[in-house]
Amino acid sequence: MFEKTGVATREMVMTKFPSVERINKGPVAVVECYQKIPCNPCQTACPFGAISIGEDINNIPERDEGVCTGCGMCVAKCPGLSIMIVDGSKSAETVEFRIPYEFLPLPEAGEEVIGLDRAGRPICDAKVIRVMNPPSFDRTPVITLEVAREYLYDFRNFRRK
Amino acid sequence: MREVELLIIGSGPAGLCAAISAAESGARVLILERTFKPGGQLIKQTHMFFGSESQYASHRGVDIAGILMKKVEEFGDKIEIMLNATAVGFYEDNVVTVLKDEKEYFKIKAESIICATGAFEKSLAFPNNDLPGIYGAGAVQTLMNVYGVQPGNRVLMVGAGNIGVIVSYQLMQAGIEVAAVLDAAPRIGAYLVHASKLARMGVPILTSHTVKEAIGTDCLEAAVVCEVDDKFRPIPGTEKRYDVDVLCISVGLSPLNELLAMRGVEMKYVPQLSGSVPMRTENCETSIPGIFVAGDASGIEEASSAMAEGYLAGLCAAAKLGHVPADFEQRRQEYLKQLDGLRSGPVGDRIRAGMSVSRL
Ligand SMILES: Cc1cc2nc3c(=O)[nH]c(=O)nc-3n(C[C@H](O)[C@H](O)[C@H](O)COP(=O)(O)OP(=O)(O)OC[C@H]3O[C@@H](n4cnc5c(N)ncnc54)[C@H](O)[C@@H]3O)c2cc1C
Ligand code: SF4
Ligand code: SF4
Repeated sequence: MFEKTGVATREMVMTKFPSVERINKGPVAVVECYQKIPCNPCQTACPFGAISIGEDINNIPERDEGVCTGCGMCVAKCPGLSIMIVDGSKSAETVEFRIPYEFLPLPEAGEEVIGLDRAGRPICDAKVIRVMNPPSFDRTPVITLEVAREYLYDFRNFRRK
Repeated sequence: MREVELLIIGSGPAGLCAAISAAESGARVLILERTFKPGGQLIKQTHMFFGSESQYASHRGVDIAGILMKKVEEFGDKIEIMLNATAVGFYEDNVVTVLKDEKEYFKIKAESIICATGAFEKSLAFPNNDLPGIYGAGAVQTLMNVYGVQPGNRVLMVGAGNIGVIVSYQLMQAGIEVAAVLDAAPRIGAYLVHASKLARMGVPILTSHTVKEAIGTDCLEAAVVCEVDDKFRPIPGTEKRYDVDVLCISVGLSPLNELLAMRGVEMKYVPQLSGSVPMRTENCETSIPGIFVAGDASGIEEASSAMAEGYLAGLCAAAKLGHVPADFEQRRQEYLKQLDGLRSGPVGDRIRAGMSVSRL
Protein backbone atom coordinates (compact mmCIF):
# COMPACT_ATOMS: atom_id res chain seq x y z
CA MET A 1 0.00 0.00 0.00
CA PHE A 2 2.64 2.48 1.14
CA GLU A 3 4.48 2.17 -2.18
CA LYS A 4 1.27 2.92 -4.08
CA THR A 5 -0.09 5.82 -2.03
CA GLY A 6 2.74 7.27 0.04
CA VAL A 7 0.58 6.73 3.13
CA ALA A 8 2.25 4.54 5.75
CA THR A 9 0.05 1.88 7.37
CA ARG A 10 -0.70 1.91 11.10
CA GLU A 11 1.62 -1.11 11.57
CA MET A 12 4.49 0.73 9.89
CA VAL A 13 3.88 3.87 11.92
CA MET A 14 3.83 1.87 15.16
CA THR A 15 7.31 0.49 14.47
CA LYS A 16 8.67 4.04 14.49
CA PHE A 17 6.94 5.22 17.66
CA PRO A 18 8.70 5.13 21.01
CA SER A 19 6.96 3.41 23.92
CA VAL A 20 4.10 5.24 25.63
CA GLU A 21 6.18 5.33 28.86
CA ARG A 22 8.91 7.17 26.98
CA ILE A 23 6.43 9.56 25.36
CA ASN A 24 4.95 10.32 28.79
CA LYS A 25 8.38 11.16 30.18
CA GLY A 26 8.92 14.02 27.75
CA PRO A 27 9.65 14.97 24.14
CA VAL A 28 11.09 12.33 21.84
CA ALA A 29 11.64 12.05 18.08
CA VAL A 30 9.60 9.84 15.74
CA VAL A 31 11.66 9.21 12.60
CA GLU A 32 9.32 8.04 9.85
CA CYS A 33 11.88 7.00 7.29
CA TYR A 34 11.05 3.57 5.86
CA GLN A 35 13.08 3.26 2.69
CA LYS A 36 16.78 2.78 2.05
CA ILE A 37 17.91 6.01 0.40
CA PRO A 38 21.31 7.70 0.28
CA CYS A 39 20.68 10.27 3.00
CA ASN A 40 21.96 11.01 6.51
CA PRO A 41 21.50 14.63 7.74
CA CYS A 42 19.37 13.38 10.66
CA GLN A 43 22.37 11.51 12.03
CA THR A 44 24.67 14.48 11.48
CA ALA A 45 22.18 16.94 13.01
CA CYS A 46 21.68 15.12 16.30
CA PRO A 47 23.96 16.60 18.97
CA PHE A 48 23.39 13.58 21.24
CA GLY A 49 24.15 10.78 18.82
CA ALA A 50 20.61 9.45 19.22
CA ILE A 51 20.13 8.71 15.51
CA SER A 52 22.39 6.21 13.84
CA ILE A 53 22.66 5.31 10.20
CA GLY A 54 26.18 3.94 10.23
CA GLU A 55 28.83 3.56 7.55
CA ASP A 56 26.40 2.84 4.71
CA ILE A 57 24.55 6.07 4.00
CA ASN A 58 21.66 4.03 2.59
CA ASN A 59 20.76 2.46 5.92
CA ILE A 60 17.46 3.31 7.57
CA PRO A 61 17.98 5.65 10.54
CA GLU A 62 17.52 4.17 14.02
CA ARG A 63 16.59 6.47 16.88
CA ASP A 64 17.49 5.39 20.39
CA GLU A 65 14.57 6.46 22.62
CA GLY A 66 16.79 6.29 25.69
CA VAL A 67 19.31 8.73 24.26
CA CYS A 68 16.97 11.10 22.40
CA THR A 69 16.24 14.24 24.44
CA GLY A 70 13.53 15.51 22.10
CA CYS A 71 15.59 18.65 21.49
CA GLY A 72 14.18 18.85 17.97
CA MET A 73 17.43 19.73 16.19
CA CYS A 74 16.84 17.00 13.61
CA VAL A 75 13.31 18.08 12.63
CA ALA A 76 14.10 20.97 10.30
CA LYS A 77 17.23 19.25 8.97
CA CYS A 78 15.50 16.23 7.48
CA PRO A 79 14.98 16.81 3.74
CA GLY A 80 12.19 14.23 3.79
CA LEU A 81 10.36 16.18 6.53
CA SER A 82 9.87 12.76 8.06
CA ILE A 83 10.76 13.58 11.66
CA MET A 84 8.40 14.92 14.32
CA ILE A 85 8.61 15.24 18.09
CA VAL A 86 5.92 13.86 20.38
CA ASP A 87 5.58 14.82 24.02
CA GLY A 88 3.06 13.23 26.38
CA SER A 89 4.40 14.74 29.60
CA LYS A 90 2.24 17.86 29.60
CA SER A 91 -1.18 16.36 30.30
CA ALA A 92 -3.02 13.05 30.50
CA GLU A 93 -5.55 14.08 27.87
CA THR A 94 -3.36 15.61 25.20
CA VAL A 95 -0.05 15.19 23.42
CA GLU A 96 2.13 17.87 21.94
CA PHE A 97 3.49 17.41 18.46
CA ARG A 98 6.28 19.39 16.85
CA ILE A 99 6.06 19.07 13.08
CA PRO A 100 7.85 20.72 10.15
CA TYR A 101 5.56 22.91 8.04
CA GLU A 102 6.74 24.68 4.87
CA PHE A 103 3.64 26.63 3.83
CA LEU A 104 2.72 30.29 4.05
CA PRO A 105 1.01 32.00 5.72
CA LEU A 106 2.22 30.41 8.96
CA PRO A 107 -0.35 29.87 11.70
CA GLU A 108 -0.17 31.89 14.90
CA ALA A 109 0.21 30.69 18.46
CA GLY A 110 -3.22 30.05 19.98
CA GLU A 111 -4.86 29.43 16.61
CA GLU A 112 -7.34 26.55 16.29
CA VAL A 113 -6.56 24.44 13.22
CA ILE A 114 -7.78 21.21 11.62
CA GLY A 115 -5.68 18.14 12.39
CA LEU A 116 -4.96 15.87 9.41
CA ASP A 117 -3.81 12.27 9.19
CA ARG A 118 -1.14 10.78 6.91
CA ALA A 119 -3.52 10.84 3.95
CA GLY A 120 -4.40 14.49 4.56
CA ARG A 121 -7.88 13.63 5.86
CA PRO A 122 -9.31 15.89 8.60
CA ILE A 123 -9.46 13.87 11.84
CA CYS A 124 -9.46 16.23 14.80
CA ASP A 125 -9.10 19.71 16.18
CA ALA A 126 -5.63 20.94 17.03
CA LYS A 127 -4.32 24.02 18.75
CA VAL A 128 -1.15 25.81 17.75
CA ILE A 129 1.09 26.30 20.80
CA ARG A 130 4.23 27.73 19.22
CA VAL A 131 5.68 28.64 15.83
CA MET A 132 9.45 28.38 15.54
CA ASN A 133 11.21 29.76 12.49
CA PRO A 134 14.74 30.81 13.45
CA PRO A 135 17.43 31.29 10.76
CA SER A 136 19.05 28.02 11.86
CA PHE A 137 15.95 26.13 10.66
CA ASP A 138 16.66 27.50 7.18
CA ARG A 139 13.05 28.18 6.16
CA THR A 140 11.58 24.97 7.52
CA PRO A 141 9.37 26.30 10.32
CA VAL A 142 8.48 23.90 13.14
CA ILE A 143 5.00 24.16 14.62
CA THR A 144 4.04 22.86 18.06
CA LEU A 145 0.44 21.68 18.29
CA GLU A 146 -1.72 20.25 21.03
CA VAL A 147 -3.90 17.31 20.06
CA ALA A 148 -6.17 14.91 21.96
CA ARG A 149 -4.29 11.77 22.96
CA GLU A 150 -6.48 9.37 21.00
CA TYR A 151 -4.97 10.78 17.80
CA LEU A 152 -1.37 10.04 18.86
CA TYR A 153 -0.76 7.57 16.05
CA ASP A 154 -2.92 9.28 13.41
CA PHE A 155 -2.21 12.99 13.61
CA ARG A 156 0.55 14.06 11.20
CA ASN A 157 -0.34 17.41 9.64
CA PHE A 158 -2.73 20.33 9.92
CA ARG A 159 -4.64 22.82 7.85
CA ARG A 160 -5.63 26.35 8.79
CA LYS A 161 -9.37 26.93 9.07
CA MET B 1 39.55 31.92 -32.96
CA ARG B 2 39.75 31.93 -29.19
CA GLU B 3 41.92 29.22 -27.62
CA VAL B 4 41.37 27.93 -24.10
CA GLU B 5 42.99 25.32 -21.93
CA LEU B 6 39.91 23.60 -20.49
CA LEU B 7 36.41 24.21 -21.83
CA ILE B 8 33.43 23.13 -19.74
CA ILE B 9 30.04 23.03 -21.42
CA GLY B 10 27.22 23.57 -18.92
CA SER B 11 27.21 25.29 -15.51
CA GLY B 12 25.05 22.88 -13.51
CA PRO B 13 26.47 21.22 -10.40
CA ALA B 14 28.66 18.94 -12.56
CA GLY B 15 30.12 21.80 -14.61
CA LEU B 16 30.70 24.10 -11.62
CA CYS B 17 32.39 21.40 -9.55
CA ALA B 18 34.53 20.38 -12.53
CA ALA B 19 35.63 24.01 -12.89
CA ILE B 20 36.42 24.40 -9.18
CA SER B 21 38.40 21.19 -9.09
CA ALA B 22 40.37 21.94 -12.30
CA ALA B 23 41.11 25.51 -11.21
CA GLU B 24 42.27 24.27 -7.81
CA SER B 25 44.85 22.17 -9.66
CA GLY B 26 45.93 25.21 -11.66
CA ALA B 27 44.07 24.86 -14.97
CA ARG B 28 42.49 27.83 -16.73
CA VAL B 29 38.83 27.23 -17.40
CA LEU B 30 36.10 28.68 -19.59
CA ILE B 31 32.51 27.62 -18.83
CA LEU B 32 29.80 28.00 -21.46
CA GLU B 33 26.23 28.29 -20.19
CA ARG B 34 23.28 28.64 -22.53
CA THR B 35 20.95 30.32 -20.03
CA PHE B 36 21.32 33.68 -18.31
CA LYS B 37 22.16 32.23 -14.92
CA PRO B 38 24.67 29.62 -13.76
CA GLY B 39 23.59 26.64 -11.64
CA GLY B 40 21.66 24.38 -14.02
CA GLN B 41 18.77 22.52 -12.39
CA LEU B 42 19.86 23.71 -8.95
CA ILE B 43 18.48 27.23 -9.32
CA LYS B 44 14.94 25.82 -9.58
CA GLN B 45 15.15 23.56 -6.54
CA THR B 46 13.65 25.17 -3.45
CA HIS B 47 13.49 21.91 -1.46
CA MET B 48 16.18 20.44 0.77
CA PHE B 49 18.43 17.87 -0.90
CA PHE B 50 19.27 14.38 0.20
CA GLY B 51 22.74 12.97 0.42
CA SER B 52 25.55 13.47 2.89
CA GLU B 53 27.33 16.54 4.18
CA SER B 54 30.01 16.41 1.50
CA GLN B 55 27.25 17.00 -1.06
CA TYR B 56 25.53 19.71 1.02
CA ALA B 57 22.62 17.50 2.09
CA SER B 58 19.68 19.27 3.74
CA HIS B 59 20.61 22.50 1.94
CA ARG B 60 18.13 23.74 -0.63
CA GLY B 61 19.21 23.23 -4.24
CA VAL B 62 19.17 26.94 -5.00
CA ASP B 63 21.46 27.59 -2.03
CA ILE B 64 23.86 24.87 -3.20
CA ALA B 65 24.16 26.77 -6.49
CA GLY B 66 25.08 29.85 -4.42
CA ILE B 67 27.72 27.94 -2.43
CA LEU B 68 29.28 26.56 -5.62
CA MET B 69 29.24 29.97 -7.35
CA LYS B 70 31.02 31.50 -4.37
CA LYS B 71 33.78 28.93 -4.75
CA VAL B 72 33.92 29.62 -8.48
CA GLU B 73 34.33 33.34 -7.75
CA GLU B 74 37.23 32.59 -5.42
CA PHE B 75 39.01 31.31 -8.51
CA GLY B 76 38.09 34.41 -10.48
CA ASP B 77 41.53 34.61 -12.08
CA LYS B 78 41.25 31.04 -13.36
CA ILE B 79 37.56 30.53 -14.17
CA GLU B 80 35.53 32.55 -16.65
CA ILE B 81 31.80 31.94 -17.15
CA MET B 82 30.21 32.97 -20.43
CA LEU B 83 26.41 33.22 -20.09
CA ASN B 84 23.77 33.10 -22.83
CA ALA B 85 26.33 31.08 -24.77
CA THR B 86 25.20 27.80 -26.33
CA ALA B 87 27.67 25.26 -27.65
CA VAL B 88 26.08 24.19 -30.94
CA GLY B 89 28.82 22.19 -32.65
CA PHE B 90 31.80 20.09 -31.64
CA TYR B 91 34.34 19.19 -34.30
CA GLU B 92 37.31 16.84 -34.79
CA ASP B 93 40.02 19.37 -33.99
CA ASN B 94 38.34 20.11 -30.62
CA VAL B 95 36.74 23.21 -32.01
CA VAL B 96 33.42 24.11 -30.42
CA THR B 97 31.11 26.55 -32.16
CA VAL B 98 29.19 28.91 -29.93
CA LEU B 99 26.06 31.00 -30.38
CA LYS B 100 26.11 33.91 -27.96
CA ASP B 101 23.15 36.16 -27.17
CA GLU B 102 21.45 34.60 -30.18
CA LYS B 103 23.44 36.83 -32.50
CA GLU B 104 27.21 36.27 -32.28
CA TYR B 105 28.55 33.02 -33.69
CA PHE B 106 32.17 32.08 -33.11
CA LYS B 107 34.65 29.24 -32.58
CA ILE B 108 36.55 28.18 -29.49
CA LYS B 109 39.41 25.69 -29.60
CA ALA B 110 40.17 23.82 -26.40
CA GLU B 111 42.97 21.52 -25.30
CA SER B 112 40.54 19.54 -23.16
CA ILE B 113 36.75 19.56 -22.86
CA ILE B 114 34.28 18.47 -20.20
CA CYS B 115 30.71 18.01 -21.37
CA ALA B 116 28.33 18.72 -18.46
CA THR B 117 25.20 19.56 -20.42
CA GLY B 118 22.70 17.81 -18.15
CA ALA B 119 19.46 16.32 -19.46
CA PHE B 120 16.28 16.94 -21.42
CA GLU B 121 12.73 15.97 -20.51
CA LYS B 122 10.92 13.07 -22.11
CA SER B 123 7.43 13.71 -23.42
CA LEU B 124 4.26 11.68 -23.54
CA ALA B 125 1.99 10.98 -26.51
CA PHE B 126 -1.79 11.38 -26.06
CA PRO B 127 -4.52 13.17 -28.02
CA ASN B 128 -4.28 16.98 -27.81
CA ASN B 129 -0.96 16.94 -25.97
CA ASP B 130 -0.06 20.20 -27.72
CA LEU B 131 -2.76 22.32 -26.05
CA PRO B 132 -1.50 25.39 -24.21
CA GLY B 133 -1.48 24.52 -20.50
CA ILE B 134 0.37 21.26 -21.01
CA TYR B 135 3.91 21.71 -19.75
CA GLY B 136 6.98 19.70 -18.89
CA ALA B 137 7.82 19.78 -15.19
CA GLY B 138 11.00 21.72 -15.97
CA ALA B 139 9.02 24.49 -17.64
CA VAL B 140 6.64 24.71 -14.70
CA GLN B 141 9.59 25.00 -12.33
CA THR B 142 11.29 27.61 -14.48
CA LEU B 143 8.15 29.74 -14.67
CA MET B 144 7.44 29.42 -10.99
CA ASN B 145 10.87 29.43 -9.34
CA VAL B 146 13.01 31.41 -11.77
CA TYR B 147 10.55 33.95 -13.17
CA GLY B 148 7.93 33.99 -10.39
CA VAL B 149 5.07 33.34 -12.83
CA GLN B 150 2.10 31.20 -11.82
CA PRO B 151 1.64 28.49 -14.49
CA GLY B 152 -2.09 28.05 -13.75
CA ASN B 153 -4.62 27.46 -11.01
CA ARG B 154 -5.22 23.72 -10.84
CA VAL B 155 -2.67 21.13 -11.89
CA LEU B 156 -2.74 17.45 -12.72
CA MET B 157 0.75 15.98 -12.43
CA VAL B 158 1.72 13.06 -14.64
CA GLY B 159 4.63 11.13 -13.15
CA ALA B 160 5.24 10.13 -9.53
CA GLY B 161 9.02 10.04 -9.73
CA ASN B 162 11.08 12.40 -7.58
CA ILE B 163 10.62 15.30 -9.99
CA GLY B 164 6.83 14.92 -10.32
CA VAL B 165 6.37 14.68 -6.60
CA ILE B 166 8.77 17.50 -5.73
CA VAL B 167 7.34 19.88 -8.34
CA SER B 168 3.83 19.09 -7.03
CA TYR B 169 4.95 20.04 -3.54
CA GLN B 170 6.50 23.28 -4.83
CA LEU B 171 3.28 24.08 -6.70
CA MET B 172 1.33 23.70 -3.46
CA GLN B 173 3.83 25.92 -1.66
CA ALA B 174 3.14 28.53 -4.32
CA GLY B 175 -0.56 28.29 -3.49
CA ILE B 176 -1.55 26.33 -6.60
CA GLU B 177 -3.94 23.40 -6.24
CA VAL B 178 -2.66 19.96 -7.24
CA ALA B 179 -5.65 17.77 -8.14
CA ALA B 180 -3.72 14.48 -8.21
CA VAL B 181 -0.43 12.90 -9.18
CA LEU B 182 -0.63 9.90 -11.46
CA ASP B 183 1.81 7.33 -12.72
CA ALA B 184 1.44 4.36 -15.05
CA ALA B 185 3.81 2.31 -12.90
CA PRO B 186 2.25 0.20 -10.15
CA ARG B 187 4.54 1.81 -7.55
CA ILE B 188 5.63 5.34 -6.69
CA GLY B 189 9.06 5.96 -8.17
CA ALA B 190 9.92 8.91 -5.93
CA TYR B 191 11.62 8.59 -2.58
CA LEU B 192 8.70 7.70 -0.36
CA VAL B 193 9.44 10.46 2.16
CA HIS B 194 8.79 12.96 -0.65
CA ALA B 195 5.58 11.16 -1.65
CA SER B 196 4.38 11.14 1.96
CA LYS B 197 4.78 14.94 2.15
CA LEU B 198 2.23 15.26 -0.63
CA ALA B 199 -0.04 12.50 0.65
CA ARG B 200 -0.45 14.21 4.01
CA MET B 201 -1.45 17.42 2.25
CA GLY B 202 -4.36 15.42 0.87
CA VAL B 203 -3.08 15.02 -2.69
CA PRO B 204 -4.02 11.59 -4.05
CA ILE B 205 -1.22 9.66 -5.74
CA LEU B 206 -2.75 7.37 -8.34
CA THR B 207 -0.44 4.56 -9.44
CA SER B 208 -1.36 2.36 -12.44
CA HIS B 209 -3.03 5.40 -14.07
CA THR B 210 -2.32 7.24 -17.30
CA VAL B 211 -3.61 10.21 -19.30
CA LYS B 212 -6.07 9.20 -21.98
CA GLU B 213 -6.62 12.58 -23.56
CA ALA B 214 -6.54 16.29 -23.01
CA ILE B 215 -9.68 18.34 -23.64
CA GLY B 216 -9.91 21.99 -24.66
CA THR B 217 -10.35 24.29 -27.62
CA ASP B 218 -7.97 27.23 -27.19
CA CYS B 219 -6.25 25.89 -24.11
CA LEU B 220 -6.45 22.99 -21.68
CA GLU B 221 -9.81 22.69 -19.91
CA ALA B 222 -9.75 19.13 -18.63
CA ALA B 223 -7.87 15.86 -18.76
CA VAL B 224 -9.26 12.35 -18.89
CA VAL B 225 -7.27 9.72 -17.04
CA CYS B 226 -7.78 5.97 -16.82
CA GLU B 227 -6.38 2.97 -15.03
CA VAL B 228 -3.91 0.66 -16.74
CA ASP B 229 -3.38 -3.08 -16.26
CA ASP B 230 -0.07 -4.75 -15.48
CA LYS B 231 0.90 -4.50 -19.15
CA PHE B 232 0.16 -0.76 -19.16
CA ARG B 233 -2.96 -1.24 -21.33
CA PRO B 234 -5.82 1.17 -20.53
CA ILE B 235 -8.71 -0.51 -18.73
CA PRO B 236 -11.99 0.52 -20.44
CA GLY B 237 -14.63 2.02 -18.18
CA THR B 238 -12.14 3.42 -15.65
CA GLU B 239 -12.02 6.91 -17.17
CA LYS B 240 -12.09 9.90 -14.82
CA ARG B 241 -12.22 13.55 -15.78
CA TYR B 242 -10.21 16.25 -14.01
CA ASP B 243 -11.05 19.88 -14.69
CA VAL B 244 -7.59 21.40 -14.70
CA ASP B 245 -5.87 24.23 -16.56
CA VAL B 246 -2.40 22.72 -16.24
CA LEU B 247 -1.21 19.24 -17.10
CA CYS B 248 2.37 18.83 -15.99
CA ILE B 249 4.32 16.03 -17.65
CA SER B 250 7.13 14.56 -15.61
CA VAL B 251 7.88 11.18 -17.11
CA GLY B 252 11.63 11.22 -16.86
CA LEU B 253 14.77 12.74 -18.27
CA SER B 254 17.25 11.62 -20.91
CA PRO B 255 20.94 12.52 -20.99
CA LEU B 256 21.66 15.51 -23.24
CA ASN B 257 24.89 14.78 -25.05
CA GLU B 258 24.50 15.09 -28.83
CA LEU B 259 27.62 17.26 -28.83
CA LEU B 260 29.69 14.24 -27.81
CA ALA B 261 28.03 12.06 -30.43
CA MET B 262 28.77 14.75 -33.02
CA ARG B 263 32.44 14.75 -32.00
CA GLY B 264 32.51 10.99 -32.63
CA VAL B 265 32.80 9.77 -29.06
CA GLU B 266 31.75 6.12 -28.67
CA MET B 267 28.12 6.11 -27.49
CA LYS B 268 25.84 3.35 -26.24
CA TYR B 269 22.14 3.14 -25.44
CA VAL B 270 21.89 2.19 -21.77
CA PRO B 271 18.29 2.01 -20.50
CA GLN B 272 19.38 2.07 -16.83
CA LEU B 273 21.02 5.46 -17.44
CA SER B 274 17.89 6.66 -19.29
CA GLY B 275 19.26 6.99 -22.83
CA SER B 276 22.25 7.12 -25.07
CA VAL B 277 25.43 7.79 -23.09
CA PRO B 278 29.14 8.07 -23.86
CA MET B 279 31.34 5.12 -22.90
CA ARG B 280 33.86 6.38 -20.35
CA THR B 281 36.62 5.39 -17.98
CA GLU B 282 36.43 5.43 -14.20
CA ASN B 283 37.87 8.96 -14.47
CA CYS B 284 34.93 10.18 -16.64
CA GLU B 285 37.10 10.27 -19.80
CA THR B 286 35.36 9.28 -23.03
CA SER B 287 36.76 7.17 -25.86
CA ILE B 288 38.54 10.27 -27.19
CA PRO B 289 41.43 11.26 -24.88
CA GLY B 290 41.02 14.67 -23.28
CA ILE B 291 37.24 14.70 -23.68
CA PHE B 292 35.35 14.10 -20.47
CA VAL B 293 31.71 13.85 -19.41
CA ALA B 294 30.10 14.46 -16.01
CA GLY B 295 26.67 14.66 -14.42
CA ASP B 296 23.31 13.88 -16.00
CA ALA B 297 24.88 14.06 -19.49
CA SER B 298 26.53 10.74 -18.68
CA GLY B 299 23.39 9.12 -17.22
CA ILE B 300 20.46 10.43 -15.17
CA GLU B 301 21.32 10.51 -11.48
CA GLU B 302 21.30 13.19 -8.85
CA ALA B 303 23.00 16.48 -8.07
CA SER B 304 25.01 14.72 -5.39
CA SER B 305 26.61 12.35 -7.91
CA ALA B 306 26.84 15.11 -10.54
CA MET B 307 28.99 17.12 -8.10
CA ALA B 308 31.25 14.18 -7.26
CA GLU B 309 31.64 13.33 -10.96
CA GLY B 310 32.33 16.97 -11.73
CA TYR B 311 35.09 17.17 -9.13
CA LEU B 312 36.56 13.92 -10.46
CA ALA B 313 36.39 14.96 -14.12
CA GLY B 314 37.90 18.38 -13.35
CA LEU B 315 40.73 16.83 -11.36
CA CYS B 316 41.54 14.27 -14.05
CA ALA B 317 41.16 16.67 -16.99
CA ALA B 318 43.53 19.15 -15.30
CA ALA B 319 46.00 16.34 -14.55
CA LYS B 320 46.06 15.36 -18.23
CA LEU B 321 46.88 18.97 -19.05
CA GLY B 322 49.89 18.73 -16.75
CA HIS B 323 48.36 20.19 -13.57
CA VAL B 324 48.85 17.32 -11.15
CA PRO B 325 48.34 18.30 -7.50
CA ALA B 326 50.44 16.53 -4.84
CA ASP B 327 47.35 14.83 -3.41
CA PHE B 328 45.99 13.78 -6.82
CA GLU B 329 45.55 10.08 -6.09
CA GLN B 330 44.10 10.72 -2.63
CA ARG B 331 41.49 13.10 -4.06
CA ARG B 332 40.69 10.81 -6.95
CA GLN B 333 40.05 7.95 -4.54
CA GLU B 334 37.92 10.21 -2.33
CA TYR B 335 35.59 11.14 -5.21
CA LEU B 336 35.36 7.52 -6.36
CA LYS B 337 34.47 6.53 -2.82
CA GLN B 338 31.76 9.21 -2.63
CA LEU B 339 30.28 7.96 -5.90
CA ASP B 340 30.36 4.34 -4.72
CA GLY B 341 28.60 5.34 -1.52
CA LEU B 342 25.85 7.25 -3.32
CA ARG B 343 25.24 4.36 -5.72
CA SER B 344 25.51 1.59 -3.17
CA GLY B 345 21.92 1.22 -1.91
CA PRO B 346 18.85 -0.36 -3.50
CA VAL B 347 17.97 2.87 -5.35
CA GLY B 348 21.47 2.70 -6.83
CA ASP B 349 20.95 -0.81 -8.30
CA ARG B 350 19.88 0.58 -11.65
CA ILE B 351 22.76 3.06 -11.81
CA ARG B 352 25.34 0.42 -10.92
CA ALA B 353 23.99 -1.83 -13.65
CA GLY B 354 24.17 1.05 -16.13
CA MET B 355 27.68 2.00 -15.07
CA SER B 356 28.98 -1.52 -15.54
CA VAL B 357 27.98 -1.60 -19.22
CA SER B 358 29.14 1.92 -20.08
CA ARG B 359 32.67 1.61 -18.72
CA LEU B 360 35.68 1.70 -21.02
C1 LIG C 1 12.52 18.82 -9.70
C2 LIG C 1 13.89 18.27 -9.48
C3 LIG C 1 14.27 17.91 -8.19
C4 LIG C 1 15.53 17.40 -7.94
N1 LIG C 1 15.86 17.08 -6.66
C5 LIG C 1 17.11 16.62 -6.38
C6 LIG C 1 17.50 16.33 -5.04
O1 LIG C 1 16.72 16.49 -4.09
N2 LIG C 1 18.73 15.88 -4.82
C7 LIG C 1 19.63 15.70 -5.83
O2 LIG C 1 20.77 15.31 -5.57
N3 LIG C 1 19.29 15.96 -7.11
C8 LIG C 1 18.05 16.40 -7.41
N4 LIG C 1 17.68 16.66 -8.71
C9 LIG C 1 18.60 16.29 -9.78
C10 LIG C 1 19.64 17.31 -10.06
O3 LIG C 1 19.08 18.59 -10.20
C11 LIG C 1 20.38 16.92 -11.33
O4 LIG C 1 20.78 15.58 -11.26
C12 LIG C 1 21.62 17.78 -11.49
O5 LIG C 1 21.26 19.14 -11.62
C13 LIG C 1 22.44 17.35 -12.70
O6 LIG C 1 23.53 18.22 -12.80
P1 LIG C 1 24.24 18.51 -14.17
O7 LIG C 1 25.26 19.54 -13.88
O8 LIG C 1 24.67 17.23 -14.76
O9 LIG C 1 23.12 19.07 -15.14
P2 LIG C 1 22.16 20.38 -15.06
O10 LIG C 1 21.95 20.82 -13.68
O11 LIG C 1 21.01 20.05 -15.90
O12 LIG C 1 23.05 21.48 -15.78
C14 LIG C 1 23.36 21.45 -17.15
C15 LIG C 1 23.63 22.85 -17.62
O13 LIG C 1 24.16 22.81 -18.93
C16 LIG C 1 23.59 23.83 -19.71
N5 LIG C 1 23.70 23.43 -21.11
C17 LIG C 1 23.12 22.35 -21.72
N6 LIG C 1 23.46 22.29 -23.02
C18 LIG C 1 24.29 23.33 -23.25
C19 LIG C 1 24.96 23.79 -24.41
N7 LIG C 1 24.88 23.15 -25.56
N8 LIG C 1 25.72 24.91 -24.30
C20 LIG C 1 25.83 25.57 -23.11
N9 LIG C 1 25.20 25.17 -21.99
C21 LIG C 1 24.44 24.07 -22.05
C22 LIG C 1 22.18 23.92 -19.19
O14 LIG C 1 21.59 25.17 -19.48
C23 LIG C 1 22.39 23.71 -17.69
O15 LIG C 1 22.61 24.93 -17.02
C24 LIG C 1 16.42 17.21 -9.00
C25 LIG C 1 16.05 17.56 -10.31
C26 LIG C 1 14.82 18.10 -10.56
C27 LIG C 1 14.44 18.49 -11.96
S1 SF4 D 1 15.18 15.25 18.92
FE1 SF4 D 1 17.28 15.92 19.38
S2 SF4 D 1 18.13 14.23 20.55
FE2 SF4 D 1 16.30 13.42 19.57
S3 SF4 D 1 17.04 12.52 17.67
FE3 SF4 D 1 16.43 14.62 17.17
S4 SF4 D 1 18.30 15.83 17.39
FE4 SF4 D 1 18.66 13.87 18.41
S1 SF4 E 1 17.44 12.94 7.12
FE1 SF4 E 1 15.27 12.34 7.00
S2 SF4 E 1 15.03 11.43 4.97
FE2 SF4 E 1 17.24 11.50 5.39
S3 SF4 E 1 17.70 9.50 6.29
FE3 SF4 E 1 17.29 10.90 8.00
S4 SF4 E 1 15.11 10.65 8.41
FE4 SF4 E 1 15.47 9.75 6.39
